[in-house]
Amino acid sequence: MSAGRLIAMARKEFIQIRRDPRSLLIALLLPIMQMALLGYGISLDAKHLALYVYDQEGSQDSQALLKHFQASQYFDLIRTVNNYHDLKRAIDSEQCKLGVVIPFDFSKRIRDSGSASVQVIVDGTDDNTANLAIGYSQAVIADYSAGVQHDWLTTQGLPVAGGGGLSIEPRTWFNEDLESRNFIVPGIMALVMALVGALLTSLTIAREWERGTMEQLISTPVTSREVMLGKLIPYFVLGMIDAALCAAIGVWWFEVPFRGTVWMLALTTALFLAVVLAIGFVISAGLKNQLAASSIALMVTLLPTSLLSGYAFPIEQMPAPIRAITYLIYSRYYVTILKALFLKGVGARALLGEMTALAVYAVIAGFFATRAFRKTLV
Amino acid sequence: MWRRIYHLLVKEFLQLRRNKEARIHLILLPILQMVIFGYAATFEVTRVATAVIDFDHSQESRELISRFIASGRFQLAGLPANREEAREMIDRGRADMAIQINPRFAELLRKGQTAPVQVLVDAANSNSALIALGYIGQIGARFAQDYQTDYMNRLAPRYAALMPSATMDERPWYNPDLDSQWFFVPGVMGSLTLVIVMNLTAFAIVREREIGTLEQVMVTPIRPVELMLGKTIPYFIVGLAEVALVAAVGTLWFQVPFRGNPLVLLAGTSLFLISTLAVGLLISTLCSTQQQAFASGFFYLTPAFTLSGFAFPIASMPTVMQWLTYLDPLRYYLVVLRGTFLKAVGMDILWPQMVAMALLGAVLLAISVTRFRKSLD
Repeated sequence: MSAGRLIAMARKEFIQIRRDPRSLLIALLLPIMQMALLGYGISLDAKHLALYVYDQEGSQDSQALLKHFQASQYFDLIRTVNNYHDLKRAIDSEQCKLGVVIPFDFSKRIRDSGSASVQVIVDGTDDNTANLAIGYSQAVIADYSAGVQHDWLTTQGLPVAGGGGLSIEPRTWFNEDLESRNFIVPGIMALVMALVGALLTSLTIAREWERGTMEQLISTPVTSREVMLGKLIPYFVLGMIDAALCAAIGVWWFEVPFRGTVWMLALTTALFLAVVLAIGFVISAGLKNQLAASSIALMVTLLPTSLLSGYAFPIEQMPAPIRAITYLIYSRYYVTILKALFLKGVGARALLGEMTALAVYAVIAGFFATRAFRKTLV
Repeated sequence: MWRRIYHLLVKEFLQLRRNKEARIHLILLPILQMVIFGYAATFEVTRVATAVIDFDHSQESRELISRFIASGRFQLAGLPANREEAREMIDRGRADMAIQINPRFAELLRKGQTAPVQVLVDAANSNSALIALGYIGQIGARFAQDYQTDYMNRLAPRYAALMPSATMDERPWYNPDLDSQWFFVPGVMGSLTLVIVMNLTAFAIVREREIGTLEQVMVTPIRPVELMLGKTIPYFIVGLAEVALVAAVGTLWFQVPFRGNPLVLLAGTSLFLISTLAVGLLISTLCSTQQQAFASGFFYLTPAFTLSGFAFPIASMPTVMQWLTYLDPLRYYLVVLRGTFLKAVGMDILWPQMVAMALLGAVLLAISVTRFRKSLD
C-alpha cells in the first residue's frame, strides 16, 4: 500500500464527485430534504381525531357525555348525524375516524337498569390510530361513568367506596412528552446514512466498468486495496458531513434532546458508515451494471434499515423468525445506539454490545470489499 | 403509426425478457418485500415486558396484577423489590414498563378513596408507550368498576343492580381484529407499483440515451409521440401485472380480504399508472445517465411515500404538509386500494380520488410530453 497512490486515487474520486454536481447535490441536499420530510411527515401521535356523533336520544345525559368527548384534546367533534347511513358514509369517505352512537334509551337505561352502553364505531383500516382512539374513548367514557356513579351514590346517601377508583399515574421516561418525533428522528439518521451511503458507493465501480475507464485504472500500478480505500475515503468524508448535518437538524430544528456524548456519536457513526460503504462497494464491484448495482444496494441497505432496524416498527412485536433475522441487520445496532444516545444518554459501557456488533460487521464487510474487487481485476 | 408502435412494443418486451436482473426486479423482489413488510411492519403492542413492584401484597393488588397479565398484552418480566431495581431493569432494557402498587392500596380502595397506581414507562417509543398506557387504563377502569359492584353487592345488594354506569361497546369496522397486516398490505402494493413502474419507465429511455441506441431509434421514421407510447405501454401492462401479483400475495398469503369491486380497483390502478408513467418520463427527460435517473427517482419517491399516508397518518402531519399530500397521486391510490380491499366502497365514494388522480395524471403527462419532445431535439 503506497500513500502516494492512495492519495492520488482519493483525489481522483473527490474531483469526480465535485465535477458531477448532481451526485454532490444528492450527497448534501438529500439528507436535509429527508430529515425535514420524514421529521415532519412521520408522526404517530393521534390528536384531534375527527369524531361524528349519532345521538339517538338527545337528552341531558347524552349531552353531558358528549361534553366529555369535546373536552378531550384527542377528539374534534365535527358533526352530528341522524342515521347510521350518514355515519357509514362519513367513515367510508374518511371524513371521520370514529363515530359515537348514543342509544335512544341511554338515560332510561342508566337510571332504571343501571348500565347503558355507548357504541363507539372506529375505522379499523389504520389499526394503530384505531387502537389509540379506542383507548382514548374508553378513558372518556370511564371518566363520565365514574362521575355519574359518584352523583348517584351521594344522592342515595351511600358510601362512595372505590368511587374514585384507580388513578393511573404514568411516569414516562426518556421521552417525557410522548412525542413520536423524538422517537422517530434519531432513527431517520440511520435511514439517511444508509440511503446516501448505498446510493453513492454502489455506483462507483459499476460506473467505471460501464464507461470503460476501468481498463485504464487496471493498467495503472494502483493495487486493488488502494482502489477500494481511495474510492471509499471521499464518500466516508461526505457521509460524516451528512451525519453532522442530520444530527444538527434533529437537535436544533426538531428539538430532539441529545443526552449522549458527541464523540460516541462520531465513533459509532464512523463504524456504521464503514459497514454501509463497504457493502455498497462489494455490490458495486460484483455487479458491472449500474442499474443492478443500485437496486441490489437498496435491497440490502435501505429496505432492511427501514423495516427491520426498529427505527419505527418495534422489533419486539415481530414474529420470532423475523426477530432472529433482525440480529443480522447491522442498522439494528446503529438505531439502538442512536436512540440511546439521543434519548437515554447512556454511556459507552451500556452500548458495548452494539458497538462490538458494528465493529465485527465493519471488519467482515471490509474483508469482502478487498476480496470482491481483486477477483474482478483478473 | 400503430404498426411502428407495435414494433417498438415487441422490442421493449424482448429487452425486458432478455434481462435476467429485470426478472428478479419484477417478480422476486416484490414478493420478498411484500412478505418481509407484511410481517415486520406492525405497530401492535403485545407482550410488553412488565416489572411489578407490589408494596401492598393484598388480595386486591394481586387481583389487579393478575388482570394485567391475563389480558395478554403484558408479560411479567420480574418482581423487583424496589424502584431502583425496577429502574435498573428498564435501563437495561429487560423491562419496558414497571407497575408500582403502593402500600395502602387495598386500604384506600376500601375507604372509597382514589388508589393510585404508578406506571413507569420506557417511552423512547412513544407510540407503543401510549398504546400500552391505553390498555392499562382500560384494565384499570374495568377493575375499579368490578370492585365497586362487588362492594355494593356486599353492602347493599338491593342497590347493586341499580347503580348506574356507562360502558363502551367498541366496533372497529372493516378490520375487527385491528390486524396491522390489513392496513399495511394494500399500502405496500401501492408503493411497490410506484417504485417499479417509475424506475422501469425512466430507465427504458435513459439507458438508450446512455448506450447511444436512442440515436439509432431517432433515425427510424418513428415520431416522438409513437416513441413515447411505445416506451410507456409496456410498462403500463407490467404495472397491471405487478398489482395482480402483489394482490395475490396479499390475499392468499396474508389473508387480507378483497371485498370490493375489481373493476373499481382496475380503474384506480390505471389512473395511478398514468401519473406514475408520466413521472418516469419526466425523469428520463431530465437525466442523461442511469445513475442520475436512479438518484432523481429518489427525490420523487421519498416525498411520495411519506406524504401518501402509507404508514403514518396524514391527519397527524403539520397543516402545510397536509396540503402537500394533495399533490401526491399515491395518496389517492392508497385510499382506492384500502377502499376496495377493506371497505368494499364503490365509485360513489371513491370518485373524488379518481378525479384527483386523473387531473394530476393529465398535468404530469402534459409536462413530461412537452419536455420529452424537446429532449429529443
